[in-house]
Amino acid sequence: MSLIRITSPHAHRSGSTGNVMLTVLLATLPGLAAMTFFFGWGTLIQVIWGTLLAISLEAAVVKLRGRPVSFYLTDYSAVVTAVLLGLALPPFAPWWVMTVGIIVAIVIAKQMYGGMGSNPFNPAMVAYALLLVSFPVQMTSWAAPFVMSGEGWAVLSLSDTLSAIFSSIPAAIDGHTMATPLDIMRHRGGFTTEEMWTESTLLANGIGAWHAVSAAYVMGGVFLLYRKIFTWHTPVAMLGSLTLISTLFFLIAPDQFPDPFFHLTVGATMLGAFFIATDPVTSATSNKGKLWFGAGIGLLIFIIRTWGNYPDAVAFAVLLMNLCAPFIDQYTQPRSYGHAKPNRGAK
Amino acid sequence: MKNTVRVHSFHGGIHPPENKKQSTGAPITMAPVPSRIVLPLQQHIGLPADPVVKVGERVLKGQLVAEAIGRISANIHASTSGVVTAIESHPVPHMSGMPADCLIIEADGNDEWIEHQGLEDYTQLPKPELIEFIRQAGVAGMGGAGFPTDVKLHLGDDHIVNTLIINAAECEPYITADDMLMRERAEQILGGIEIIAHLLKPLHIMVGIEDNKPQAIRALHAALDNSTLNLDIVITPTKYPSGGEKQLIKLLTGIEVPSGKIPADVGIVCQNIGTTTAIFKAVTYGEPLISRIVTVTGQAARHKQNYEVRIGTRFADLLDHSDVDREQMYRLIVGGPMMGITVEDEQIPVIKTTNCVIAGSVQEMPPQPPAQACIRCGMCEQVCPAELLPQQLHWFAKGREFDKARNHNLFDCIECGACSYICPSNIPLVQYYRFAKAEIRKEDAEQRKSDHARIRFEARLERLERAKVEKEERRKQRAADAARAQAAKKDAALTPKPASTANAESSEPDLKQLKSNAAIARTKLRQAEKALANAKDKGQEGVDTLQATVIQLQEKSDKAEQAYQQAQNAPAKAPVAAPASSLKDLKNNAAIARTKLKKAEKQLADAEASGEGDISALKAQVVTLQERTAKATEVYENAESGKDNSAPAIALDTSGLEADIVAMQGKVDKAETAWKTAVESGSPAADKMAAGVAKLKDKLTALQDELAAIKNASIATAAPVIDTCELEADIVAMQAKVDKGEAAWKTALESGSPAADKMAAGVTKLKDKLTALQDELAAAKSSAIATAAPVIDTSELEADIASMQAKVDKGEAAWKTAVESGSPAADKMAVGVNKLKDKLKALQDELTAITTKSDAKQDETQMQSEALDMKALKQQVSIMRTKLKKAEKQLAELSEDEKESALASELIAEIDQLKLRHGTAKTTYDTAEAELIAAAAQEGIDLKQLKIDAALARAAVTKAERALTKAEDDGKQTLEEELLAIRAQAEKLNATLERFSE
Ligand code: SF4
Ligand code: SF4
Repeated sequence: MSLIRITSPHAHRSGSTGNVMLTVLLATLPGLAAMTFFFGWGTLIQVIWGTLLAISLEAAVVKLRGRPVSFYLTDYSAVVTAVLLGLALPPFAPWWVMTVGIIVAIVIAKQMYGGMGSNPFNPAMVAYALLLVSFPVQMTSWAAPFVMSGEGWAVLSLSDTLSAIFSSIPAAIDGHTMATPLDIMRHRGGFTTEEMWTESTLLANGIGAWHAVSAAYVMGGVFLLYRKIFTWHTPVAMLGSLTLISTLFFLIAPDQFPDPFFHLTVGATMLGAFFIATDPVTSATSNKGKLWFGAGIGLLIFIIRTWGNYPDAVAFAVLLMNLCAPFIDQYTQPRSYGHAKPNRGAK
Repeated sequence: MKNTVRVHSFHGGIHPPENKKQSTGAPITMAPVPSRIVLPLQQHIGLPADPVVKVGERVLKGQLVAEAIGRISANIHASTSGVVTAIESHPVPHMSGMPADCLIIEADGNDEWIEHQGLEDYTQLPKPELIEFIRQAGVAGMGGAGFPTDVKLHLGDDHIVNTLIINAAECEPYITADDMLMRERAEQILGGIEIIAHLLKPLHIMVGIEDNKPQAIRALHAALDNSTLNLDIVITPTKYPSGGEKQLIKLLTGIEVPSGKIPADVGIVCQNIGTTTAIFKAVTYGEPLISRIVTVTGQAARHKQNYEVRIGTRFADLLDHSDVDREQMYRLIVGGPMMGITVEDEQIPVIKTTNCVIAGSVQEMPPQPPAQACIRCGMCEQVCPAELLPQQLHWFAKGREFDKARNHNLFDCIECGACSYICPSNIPLVQYYRFAKAEIRKEDAEQRKSDHARIRFEARLERLERAKVEKEERRKQRAADAARAQAAKKDAALTPKPASTANAESSEPDLKQLKSNAAIARTKLRQAEKALANAKDKGQEGVDTLQATVIQLQEKSDKAEQAYQQAQNAPAKAPVAAPASSLKDLKNNAAIARTKLKKAEKQLADAEASGEGDISALKAQVVTLQERTAKATEVYENAESGKDNSAPAIALDTSGLEADIVAMQGKVDKAETAWKTAVESGSPAADKMAAGVAKLKDKLTALQDELAAIKNASIATAAPVIDTCELEADIVAMQAKVDKGEAAWKTALESGSPAADKMAAGVTKLKDKLTALQDELAAAKSSAIATAAPVIDTSELEADIASMQAKVDKGEAAWKTAVESGSPAADKMAVGVNKLKDKLKALQDELTAITTKSDAKQDETQMQSEALDMKALKQQVSIMRTKLKKAEKQLAELSEDEKESALASELIAEIDQLKLRHGTAKTTYDTAEAELIAAAAQEGIDLKQLKIDAALARAAVTKAERALTKAEDDGKQTLEEELLAIRAQAEKLNATLERFSE
C-alpha cells in the first residue's frame, strides 16, 4: 500500500456539518410535537411541505450552480431552514405562503449569497419578515389552541387542515383561528394588562398552550447546549436582556406593560433564543461578541413588541442584529494567549 | 496523590481518543543494531553540523562524526560502530519532505564503544565547562523541535530563572515514550533534573504530568523519596495540548508567555523529560546522545511497544522489528497524530526528536472527507488554546486578507491542530494557517528584498557620482602636484635642501598590502560562494542577493589579484629601510600563509577521499597557496636580510573598506532574518540573536563611519580647489528652469488654470535655489579671489592692454592720414593719441605691479596647500590608529571557538596591514612636519607678528559679522561680500599660524 502525505493533524473527531444540522433538527422535535398537540396538524403539514420545497429548490439551485447536489443536500441546512420557517408560520397559512417563503429563504437569502456559510442574514427570518410585511392577514391569523380545560375548543381534523392549507377557499378554518396573545395584548384598546387577563378568553384559558410550546423549545435548546452545538452566550444574553428591560418597564407601569414572564413565554421568544439567534452563520463570532449580539436581540424584541407595528418582533430583531454582526466582530476579538489586550477595530 | 501546587487552566483544548494503552503493555526493549545508520547532519534547530570524519573511515559507537557549527547547533555521534560509506543527500523526517545531507554508516555489528568517561563530581566543575561537556554530547531537546540543550542551560547567566519546568505531559495521543521512560528510569530523570538545577539554580522546580499516567507518577514519587531534590510533581488534567510549552507554563504557573517572547523572558525554562535522561547519561557516563525511546504503534504494527532505538535507525528496520503489516499500513506518521508529519519513505531515519512512529491503518486514520463550507459554528474557537478565532483566520487566509489575519494574531497560532480536529465541516484549518504564514513571510521577505534593491540602486548611483567627482579631483590633484613639483624645483634651485622622500614613497605600490587585499577579497569571495551554495541547497531566501554579492566579490577579487600581479611585476623600487614592525608582520604573514596552505591541503585530501566537492578547484587553490607561501617566506627572508624592497603606500584604500561594508551588510541582513525567524518560531535564542544583530550593526556603522571619515579627509585635501565652472553651469541650468517655470506659470495664469498658484510657488522655489546658487558662486569667487585673483586680473589686464594698443595704433594711423591730407582735425587727433598712449602706459604699469605681487601670492598659496596636506596626513595617522585599535579589539573579543575560524585569521591579517599603514602614515607625517618647521625657520617668519595679524583679522571678522546683522536689507549684499573676504583673510592667517605654532 503506498503511503500518503498529508499535513497534521491526522486525527479528526468523527462528525460533520450534516450531523450538527441533524442534531438541531432533533432538538426541534419537542417544539414540533407541542405545536401539533396544541394547535393541530397545521404546523406539521407546514414543516413537511416546507421541507419538500426546500430540498427540491436547493437541489435545483445547486445543480444550476454546477455543484455536486448530494454533497450539498447532506448538510441538511435547507431542511433546518424549512423546519424553522414551518414552526414560525401560522399553522393554517395557505400553501403559497410557505412556497413564497421557501423561495425567498433558499434562493434569495441563502444561495444568492453563495450558499451555506456565506449568507449574512438568517434565511428563515428573511422569509418570515418578508411574508409578514407582504401578507399581514394570512400571517396574523393564528390557530386557536386546544386547551384541555377549555370549553369546546378542539383542533381541526387532519383532512380539514389539509384542505384549509391547500384549497383556495379557507372557509373550514373559520372559528378555528384567532389572534396570538401578543396581538391581543397590543390591541387591547382601553383595557389595562390586568384586565386583559380576565377579558380575553384566550389569555384566560389558552395561554397555557403557549407556555407549553415555549417549554418544549427550551428543552430542545438545553439539549443542543448539552451537545455543544452552540454556547450559552447568545440565548442567555438575549433572554437576560429581554427579562431585564421588560421587568424594568413592568415595575414602572404594571398597567401598561405585560410582565416579563409573558414576554418570555409567548410568541417566538424561545424559538428565537435557541434556534434562530444561535444560527452560527449569521451571528457574531467570538463569545464576547455573542453576548452583545444576544443582548441586542433581546432589547430590540422588547422595543418592537412594545412600540412597533408588528405583533412579534423576533424576526426583525434577529435581522437587525445580523446586520450588526460584522461590526461587533471587529470590536470583540478575544484576548489571545500572550497578549495583554485584545486587538480591536478594522484592519 | 494530591497536587501541592495550584493547577491553573488554559483556554480550549480537546480530548481526542488517547490510544496510549496499546503501547504500554510491554517494557522498553533495545531495538537491534541495524545494518545501516543514517545520521542527518541537522537533527536540531540551528545550523547543520559539519562532518569531521571521512568517507571510508571506521568509526566507533559514540564517536563524534559531525561537529556543531556556531552557537546554535549540536554535535552528532555515531550510534554504532562501522564504516562511513557516504555523506550524501538522503530523505529525512522533515515537514517539507525534502532530502538533506546525511552521514551514512555501514554498521559492523560489533557495536564497539569509543572510550568514554563521565564526570566524577560535576559540581566540582565550573559551570561553563559542565555546559560544554553537555554540548559535546550533542544533547538537543527531545520533545519538540530539538533545540540545542546547552543554549538553554546557559540562560542562567543572563536571565533569572525562577521556575524550571520539566515537561512530562505527553499530551499527544498514541505516544507513550515519556510515560514508559518515567516508569522505568525515574532515577535517571531525577539525576538529570539535578544537573539542570545545579546549572540554572531555579527557585522552583515542577514536573508537569497528565493524570492519565498514574504509574509514571508513582514511579517518580518513589524515586523522589530517595532523592534530595526539592521538586513538585504537578498532575494536570488530561487535555490536548497541555504538553505545549506555553500551555504547560500556563497550567503550572498561571503565567502567559507574552506573544513573541520566550519563556526565559518570564523567568521560566522548560526541558523535556527525555532530555533530562540524555543529560544524565552524558554527565554521569560520558555517553553522547545516540539513542532514544521511540513508541512504535498504530493498527498496522503487531508489536506495539517502546524501543530504545539508535539514532539513525531507518524506519524500515524499526517497522520490521515491530512486525508491521505493510499491507495494512496506510499512513506512516512520525510524531503524534495531532502534530506529527507523514512520511512516504521508510528509509527515513529516527532522529533525536523522533518520539513516535505510527503505522496507521485506513480504519484508524481514514482520509479526511471533503471540506464543507464553514458554518461559523465556533467550535474551533472554543478549543483553540491560543484563544484565536480560527474561523476568522480561515476566512482571511482563504481570501488572502493577510493583514487581517495578522491582526487576528495568526502568528500566535501554535499549529496544534485542535481546531482542525473539531471542525464539523472538516476544513483543514491548520493547512490554511501554514499557507498564510508562509505567504506573509514571503511577502515580508520580498519587501525586504525590494527595499534592499532600492538601497543598492541608490548606493550605486551615489557611487558613480562619487567616482566622477573623485576622478575630477584626482585630475586636479595631479595638476596641483605638478605645479608644486615645479615650484619645489624652483625652490631647490634657489635654496638647496634635502629632497623629500615622503612623496616619492606614496606613489609606489605597496606589494604587501595589495597581496593581502587580494587574499582578503578571495576569502570573502569563497565565503560568499559557500553561503550561496548553502542558500541554494536549502532554497532559502536571498539567493539573488547572495548571487549579486558573489559576482561583485569576484570582480573585486580579480581586480585585487591583478593589481597585485602588476605591482609584483613592476621593477623593484629604491630600497627603503623597512619599519621595524613590518618584519614581524612579514613573518606572521608567512606563517599564516603556511597554515592556510596546510588547511587547503587537508581539504583537498578530504575531498579526494570522499570524492566530493570541487577537487580541481581545491587543487588550484593549493597551488596558489603554495606559491603564496613561498613568496611570503621569501619576502620575509629578504626583509630580514635588509633587502626588503616593498615600499609602504599611504594611498587610501576605500575599496577594501567598501567591500567590508557590503559583506558586513550581508551579515547583518542574514542575522536579522535568522533573528526574525527565531522570534516567529518563539525560539528562546531570539534575544541572543538580537544582541548579535545589534553587535553586527555596530560594526557596520563603525565601518561606514570609517569610510565617511576617509572620504572627508580626501575631500578636505581637495577642498581648496573650488570648481566655479560647475557652479556656473548649475546656475545656467537653474536659470533655464526658472525661465521655463515662469513661462509655464504665465500661460497657466492666462488660461486661468487652477494650477497657477502651485506653479507660482514652484517658480519662487526655483528662484530661491537660483539665488542660493548665485550666492554660492559669489562666495566661491570671492574666496577664489583671495588665492587666485591675480591670475584672473592679469589676463583681463593683458586683454585691456592689447585692445588699448590697437586703439593707439588706429589713432596714430588716422592722425597720420589727417596730417597728410592737411585736415584741420590733425591737432586734435594728436592730443587724442597721446592720451591713449598714456592710458596704455598706465595699464602696462599696472600689469607689472600685479605680476610681481602674484608671484609673492603664489608662494603663499603653495604654503597653504602644504598646510592642508599636513592636516590630511595627520588625519590619516589617526584614522589608521583607530582602525588598528578596532581590529585589535575585535580580535580580542572573539570567543575561544571563533579564534580558530577564518574570521580570526582574516582579522590578524587586517591588523598586520593596519599596523603597517599606521606606521607609514606616521613616518610620513613626522617627516613632513619636520620639513615644515625647518622651512619656517628658513623663511624667518615672525611668529609673533603673525599671531597679532591673525588676532586682528579675527576681530575684523567679528566686527563685520556684527555690522551685517545690523545692516538693512539693501546694504546686506555688500557687507556679506566684505565679510567673506575678511573671513578668508583671517582664515588664511590662522592657517599659517597653526602651521608654525605646533
Ligand atoms: S469549526 Fe469549522 S465550521 Fe465551525 S466555525 Fe470553525 S472552521 Fe467554521
Ligand atoms: S491550530 Fe492554531 S488556530 Fe487551531 S486551535 Fe491550534 S492554535 Fe488555535
